[in-house]
Parts: sequence; C-alpha cells; structure tokens
Amino acid sequence: MLGRRGALRFLALPPYAWLGLFFVLPLLLIIVISFRPETGPIDFDDPWAVSLVQYQRIWETPVYLRLLAISILMALGVAAAATVLAYPIAYFLAFRARERAVFYLVLLLIPFAASYLLKIMAWRLMLGQEGAINSFLQFSGLTSGPLDLLLYSRAAVMIALVYVWVPFAALPIYAAMQRIDRGHQEAAADLGAGPWSRFWRITIPLSLPGALAAFFMVFIPTVGEYVTPSLVGGTEGFMYGNLIQDFFTSAANWAQGSALSALMLVVTLLLVAVALRVVDVRRLAA
Amino acid sequence: MTGAQRARSAIGVGRTRVPLRATYVVILALLYFPIGLLFLFSFNANTQLNFPLSGLTLHWYQEVFEDNALLQAAVNSLLVGVAAATLATSIGFAVSVAVVRFRFRGRAGLLGLAGLPLIVPFIVLGVSLFLLFIFVDIPRSLVTIAIGHSVVAVPFATLILLARMVGLDPNLEDAAMDLGATYRTTLRLVVVPLMGASLLSAWLTCFIVSFDEVAIALFLAGGDPTFPIFLYGQLRFAQRLPVLIAMAVLLMIGTVTLTLVAFRLGRRRA
Repeated sequence: MLGRRGALRFLALPPYAWLGLFFVLPLLLIIVISFRPETGPIDFDDPWAVSLVQYQRIWETPVYLRLLAISILMALGVAAAATVLAYPIAYFLAFRARERAVFYLVLLLIPFAASYLLKIMAWRLMLGQEGAINSFLQFSGLTSGPLDLLLYSRAAVMIALVYVWVPFAALPIYAAMQRIDRGHQEAAADLGAGPWSRFWRITIPLSLPGALAAFFMVFIPTVGEYVTPSLVGGTEGFMYGNLIQDFFTSAANWAQGSALSALMLVVTLLLVAVALRVVDVRRLAA
Repeated sequence: MTGAQRARSAIGVGRTRVPLRATYVVILALLYFPIGLLFLFSFNANTQLNFPLSGLTLHWYQEVFEDNALLQAAVNSLLVGVAAATLATSIGFAVSVAVVRFRFRGRAGLLGLAGLPLIVPFIVLGVSLFLLFIFVDIPRSLVTIAIGHSVVAVPFATLILLARMVGLDPNLEDAAMDLGATYRTTLRLVVVPLMGASLLSAWLTCFIVSFDEVAIALFLAGGDPTFPIFLYGQLRFAQRLPVLIAMAVLLMIGTVTLTLVAFRLGRRRA
C-alpha cells in the first residue's frame, strides 16, 4: 500500500479547496454580510458593524414573508405535478416498453436536453396574446378576440416550469423502478395479490426513493426561480427569487438581499432535512 | 396458470385498466408540441406566429451566420462549458476515488460537500459568488461564470463517477502497484482508462449543465455574455425572436446529440 496515503492528500485536498473557496465561503459571506446595517452597495473597506436591522426589516415587511410562502407553495405544486406526470412515463419505460425501452427513453431525452430558455420561450409563444393558443382559438372561430388571461400569471409560471421539469423528474423514478426485483411481484402474485394490490404494496413503496429524489430535484431549483417568472410571470407571477434579484440589481441593497438569500437558504435546507427525516429514505431504500 | 405466469402476465404483457402506452404518448406529445412550435416559428416568414402561416423561409438561419454578437455569445458558452466541465469532472473523479478507495476522517464530509450544491437554490449561490468576487476584487468575466458552473456541475460528475468507481475491481490497482507503480501512476494508467466512458459521460453532462445555465451566469457575467445570457437580454425585442430561435434550435441539435452520446456512454459501462 506504499504511497496510497500520499495519494489521498492529492485526491481529497483539491475538491475540499475548490468547493470550500467557491461554495462554502460565499455562502458564509452572505450570512456575514446579512448582519451589516447598510442599505445600499457596500464598501468592504468600511468598518464592520453587526446589526440585526436587515432581519428586522424582513420581519416587519409582511410582503417578503408572504412572497416566500407563495414561492414555497408554487414549488411544492410544480414538484408534485412534475413527479405525478413523470411517474407513468417512468412506469411505462421500466415495465411495459421492454425491448423498445431504449428507443422510448431516447424520445424522452430529446425534450430533456432542449435548452431551458428555449422551452420557456415556447410557452411565451403558446400563451401570448398573439400566441399559438389564442391564434388557434380565433382561427378556428372558437373565440372572436384574443384572451388575455393566459400569459403573465402565476399559472403561466407553474405550467412552464412543470413542462421544463417533467422529463427530468422521470429519470430518477425510472432508475428506482429498474432496481425493483421482479421476484417480489411473482411472490405476491403466488400469494394471491391482484395487480392493484401489487402496485400499491410493492411498486409504489419501492419506487418511492426515486419519486422523492425527483420531487426534490424539481422543488429546489423551482423555489429559487427568478428567470422564468421574469419571462412569463408578469407582476402577478413575481417570486421570492425576483425579490432577491431586485436587491442585487436595480435596488443595489446588498445587505438586505443577503439576508433574504440567507433566509431562503436556511428554509430550503430545513425543508430538505425535515423531509428526509419524515420519509426515512434509508429504510425505504433497504 | 401458475402464480409466476400470472405475475408475468400482469406485469409484462397483461392488461390493466390504465392505458400506459397512451398516457406515455400523450405526455410525450405535450412535451414535443411547444418545441415543435418553436421549430416551425424559426422557418416562419413573419416575425409573429399567427395561423395560418404567412410563408416559410430559411432567412433566419442565414441571418444567424451574419450576426457576430450572436456567434460570439455561442463561442463564449462553449469556452465556459469546456472549462466548467473539465474542472467539475476532475473534482468528481478525485472525490469518487478518495471516497471509494480510502477510509479517512472527513470522508463523509467530502461526499456531502460534493453533493450539497444540488440542494442550494441557484439564485442563492449566484448572489453569494457575486458578492465574493466583489469582496476579493476579481472582475466578473467568463472565468467567474466558469467557476460558478464548475461548482453546480460537481454533484452530477460525482454521481456518475461514483457509480462507476464502486464497480471497479480494486485488484487491478493492487496488481499495478505490486508491479511497482506508484498510486498516481496507477490512477493515470489503470483507473482513468478503465473509467474512460464514464469520465466522458460525466464531462458531457457537466458541459450541458453549464451550456444551458443562466440563473447563476446572469450574476457572474462581465461584458461578455454566454449564449443564454445573450438570449435572455434580447428576448424583449420581438423582431429579434426568429433569429434567436433559429440559433437556439441549432444549438439544441448540438446539445441533444451530446446528451444522447453521454447517455450511450453511460449505459456502456453497465
């Protein structure tokens, strides 16, 4: 084993250094900056003062907390919808497609790989006043004028995001289903379980870790979204991420933006930790 | 009918009341329809998508190749993607070898750290790096975007490489070392070649993650935009839309090809 321990240092240190420098350090930095009292761009040469004023302002501004709650609810809705829509896709690929599974999987990978902005843009074309749906409705004579209720709404943001994430969510569910031992199904059938009973009592519990992974892989990027709301959300679809973005761009109030970001970080990590505790993934995976 | 036959018929060939294939086809059609519409729009003679179409043209594709700012943005994305993917794959490789082959203090911590970027919202990481680079006086540029992307791509590289590393026979490394190779040489001459397909698969996945990423990049960009940033900035100009979509369609063909290659390589290892 000569030289192995030396190699370990050379393997473990660079990842620790890179992620420490460009992942852990910046997150600590916003937490520190969130305790500064400034309300504009910060001159880092100024003396450091500790203040709770940024958090106090968040507490005293119900709109901020309301927006955080709305964003969490929207992300829960998007993640649930994407997971539910992805589940039959994964089920079909894992259990029904058989020798053509690769073909069907590739069909799914194409919309998966299409650019995110392109997909959001597609929904602008779909939902806009002069968009495909309105244009089609008028062309076919179903409506006489353009309907105004489609684009620039919370619903538009959620539809576009569910659309973006469905192919992504199908992959971990599919992976979990592929690992299910067919022997369980046969044993259950031998013991007299019908198809529904086998589905509820074998397939669902054994694919749950994959479904949970899918749910969180959608929830986390969605809860911090600001690009999609800015493109299809209008003022109604404004999310917590847009609030943070405003404090770093137009408002240039970095300390307040840092406090809002730190709050989002803590809330997200807490939600993930609670969910992992409640569902106990390790027991499910075993 | 035996139990096993009954089970097979119910799982595989038998019918349940849920029309799964139809469900799959409907969901997939819904996924393809909006992209297809964009594709159609890129050949549309008018700058607005109205039915019936006013005519088909290749004009927008021609205009793509005359638009230097657009092409430069695509090249910038390529550079950022190559740098970020190379960094993230190297880190993912080091993490997977260290975690699978060694027992050491901080092992769980290293694995956790490599996965953690997945559960931090991009906007939080974006603004954090934005402040860090201002704090240490590093001007924002394509380099800072590549650094940000390397961080968010690490979990993807690590997951792919870890799966391969677990399945790699440690006797091969022991044999190389018995024959006198140092561990570094063994990694270079034995482990890296054995993991070749997975390394490429991880690299391509990271490249695509970076190539498509805009939420972090918007905070870290200096004067030179990547393609998604360029796209985002130009979206408000309706006149520009067909050219942008034409370019996006061309790039999409590229990323789809890369995804399929990464997918094939990823399957081959199994």
